[in-house]
Amino acid sequence: MSVDLKLYNAIKNSGIDLILSLPCIMLKNLLELIEEKNEIKHISVTREEEGVGIAAGASLCGKIPALLIQNSGIGNSINAIKSLLHLFKIPIVFIMSHRGSEGEKIKAQIPMGKLTPDLLDLLEVEKFVIDSEEKIDYIKTAVEHRTSAGVSTCILLKRTLWGKT
Amino acid sequence: MGENMKRFDAIRKIVDSLNNEILVCNIGAPSRELYNIKDREENFYMLGSMGLASSIAFGIAISKPLRKIWCIDGDGSLLMNLGSLSTIANNQPSNLTLIVIDNGSYGSTGNQKTYTSKKTKLETIAKGAGFNSITVIKNEENIILTLKDLGIGCHFVKIEVLPGNAKVENIQLDPEDLKRRFMNSISK
Repeated sequence: MSVDLKLYNAIKNSGIDLILSLPCIMLKNLLELIEEKNEIKHISVTREEEGVGIAAGASLCGKIPALLIQNSGIGNSINAIKSLLHLFKIPIVFIMSHRGSEGEKIKAQIPMGKLTPDLLDLLEVEKFVIDSEEKIDYIKTAVEHRTSAGVSTCILLKRTLWGKT
Repeated sequence: MGENMKRFDAIRKIVDSLNNEILVCNIGAPSRELYNIKDREENFYMLGSMGLASSIAFGIAISKPLRKIWCIDGDGSLLMNLGSLSTIANNQPSNLTLIVIDNGSYGSTGNQKTYTSKKTKLETIAKGAGFNSITVIKNEENIILTLKDLGIGCHFVKIEVLPGNAKVENIQLDPEDLKRRFMNSISK
């Protein structure tokens, strides 16, 4: 089974029932699987902060929404994370590809890539790092923690998950 | 801009048109005015995150397909999140009405002018984004007529008003209490 299919199955089995997405080359196959299988409601958005707003609305209705984005998009969402999600204690799940980490060839990805883990800590969004196939079940853990603690959580997908070094 | 109508007058007419709709309201003066005109459990007052009213309302609309959702947005805040119009218009929820009260200014921060006071027409942007149902209201009397007449669908309604805020109290609700109250009311 491919890494992407394992990721897809883990997302589906975690209870996530709405995906708001922006594309990333690392998420290409996963996004195609989500479209092909057509089992989880999927809506593409135009900017990450917009996705946080939509996810918040869905969470208020009892849904378990996930924002599937590249890590650069966390920068576009900071105010919404603090003054919407945290202010009202509305929990959502971020699933982010982590560009600009170890082995990154594209220089433009490096500044946000380096900042991302610290930024999540500063934002008080608990992160679950998946850097190998064995850790894909952290998706379930992150979703359970989101629901039981009522806080937003973030799953970071590292390049090494796809065998990139 | 509208004849003598201000935002407060427009919100009063919107409230008079309500029939059990879930209402999401833009940050700042609009939410304070709505709170003072008629506080309801089904009102979600945005207290932060300017620009996201239409997104929050869309998230509720796709999650509650059997309820009607109205969103009160403003010109300045919608200009911050224009992509939302594309997302909403392309997904066409059958239960969402986006009501933009356009006073051509950032009302909550001292009435600095927005670009809708100059060349920008939000109804034209909405049309380009893909909305089929677009109404522009300039007279107070037409608000109730228009809103009560909207059927199933995804609607864009712009109400032109003059700048200016009513002198009203701040919202006396804790954000978490407000959320719980809202969630309980819409889960019934």
